[in-house]
Amino acid sequence: MSDDLIRLSAADLGAKLAAGEVSSVEATRAHLDRIAAVDGAVHAFLHVAGEHALETAAAVDAKRAAGDKLGPLAGVPIAVKDVLVTKGMPSTSGSRILEGWIPPYDATPVTKVREAGLVPLGKTNMDEFAMGSSTEHSAYGPTHNPWDLERIPGGSGGGSAASVAAFEAPLALGSDTGGSIRQPAHVTGTVGVKPTYGAVSRYGSIALASSLDQIGPVTRTVLDAALLHDVIAGHDPLDSTSIPESWPSMAEAVRRADVSGLRIGVIKELDGEGFQAGVRQRFHESLDLLAKQGAEIVEVSAPHFEYSIAAYYLILPAEASSNLAKFDSVRFGLRVTPDGGGTVEQVMAATREAGFGPEVKRRIILGTYALSAGYYDAYYGSAQKVRTLVQRDFDAAFEQVDVLASPTAPTTAFKFGEKLADPLSMYLNDIATIPANLAGVPGISVPAGLAPEDGLPVGIQFLAPAREDARLYNVGGVLEQLLEAEWGGPLLASAPDLSTHELTATEEGAL
Amino acid sequence: MSEISAEQVAHLANLARIALTDEEIGHLTTELAQIMHAVEKVSEVATPDVPPTSHPIPMQNVYRDDVVGASVLSVDEALAGAPERDGNRFVVSAILGEEQ
Repeated sequence: MSDDLIRLSAADLGAKLAAGEVSSVEATRAHLDRIAAVDGAVHAFLHVAGEHALETAAAVDAKRAAGDKLGPLAGVPIAVKDVLVTKGMPSTSGSRILEGWIPPYDATPVTKVREAGLVPLGKTNMDEFAMGSSTEHSAYGPTHNPWDLERIPGGSGGGSAASVAAFEAPLALGSDTGGSIRQPAHVTGTVGVKPTYGAVSRYGSIALASSLDQIGPVTRTVLDAALLHDVIAGHDPLDSTSIPESWPSMAEAVRRADVSGLRIGVIKELDGEGFQAGVRQRFHESLDLLAKQGAEIVEVSAPHFEYSIAAYYLILPAEASSNLAKFDSVRFGLRVTPDGGGTVEQVMAATREAGFGPEVKRRIILGTYALSAGYYDAYYGSAQKVRTLVQRDFDAAFEQVDVLASPTAPTTAFKFGEKLADPLSMYLNDIATIPANLAGVPGISVPAGLAPEDGLPVGIQFLAPAREDARLYNVGGVLEQLLEAEWGGPLLASAPDLSTHELTATEEGAL
Repeated sequence: MSEISAEQVAHLANLARIALTDEEIGHLTTELAQIMHAVEKVSEVATPDVPPTSHPIPMQNVYRDDVVGASVLSVDEALAGAPERDGNRFVVSAILGEEQ
């Protein structure tokens, strides 16, 4: 029974809860049991809410019993990326400098999921301050890919993706600054969506790069992502960059999904050299399936995308070096006092030396350099110009097509340590996902199959114009149906069984 | 452009308030030069006629009325995470050193 509960989609679990066939306490307990059984091996969670989650679930059950009108996901458990601050649960953003910090408020997306009756199960692992593509930069150790525990689950949101892939949670929240939702979805056979910049409030999201960050859903099905998107999107006066207009229902877009006449543009620059053969093969098979359903596939060019990574690794460090200045040993987090005491500046410097990991230091120094007098125009100013050119590429492409398509990332999941010593090769992982962040447009990654050469998951990415997130759910919904009909079920049904691994590290309050 | 010395990295670390070790400064000097060499690629296309973009979705200034909102922390909540407090205040280490 409990194994059945953890394998349900969030939509189906929500329906069973609404029908009274199962209680939220039972559903929550089933997921906590699963976490206890497998998270010792997966390490998706930095904190598990345990009894608190059961109390929240019981409160939702009581509301339902009292006849309150509840939303479609009420009572469904959810995992929360540790980048989002949560009242009553530690929030570290994967960093030592925030170890043990319990925020006095909830991030807006967390407030919204609580209001919709979802049950937070805990906080998921991530690269420190979301800087990375593998979770190897987490101060608390990496998360393991449920498809192969020797491999990375993607990053920065590897914990959220692994938690849904390992059936520890039906849903999770992620954040995407350069691909941190979509690339983990690609390597774990799950669904991840980066909404239009400003669609989901960033209030309470520990900022990496404020002009690039966006919160979004991490799930096993396209409909589940749409249902969660509908919960978290919307204007928030607490975030000045929040888009004021209202949004159509993404869940409706999935239910009415139809690609006949849809024009899909294949980005020429993201379909060739540097992309693994099996990744390209599954990508083109997916496009063929969509073409058979009446979609029109055309090739488009985005000549400036090749400058995206360079621009991104100037803009991101510049913004991050400013955002991370708040970790000053005064208001929250770690304080390290040098031997014999010291001035506030010496205490700050000692604290930041001890509290930040190597990748964070690297990017802060890089950002400080890029913003230095004399270099600003050459580096940061030029990067902002590339941003304009990337936006123009998108504008030109979307004059010809309704959505764009590419593989989500160049390769399947790599092994731990493979790229750790070479920051530049790690950065190249984000080549297909970064352009969307620079231009603010929405993107989705949907499972496209397993690469024949290594049997590991591959994702396909679709991109749409800003504010047209519904188009992603339309095309993603159709492709998912077509592929699952071919596979005879969801891709994750063929993932290895993890049930033999016992929990060792993650218990309530362990961090 | 990407000639970076250990002295420069030490200066940047001081500006960023990170007490890097000499070993870290050594690694970062090498890595920073490599990364800057790669990202200098932006100058190939960032010509004077291209306007810069600082924000992906164009927006006007966003104002609100200057009134106390609903989500205000109490003093205790605001100080709850402080490494050191004294009553209703954050405690900061000495601002000036002995020789200042």
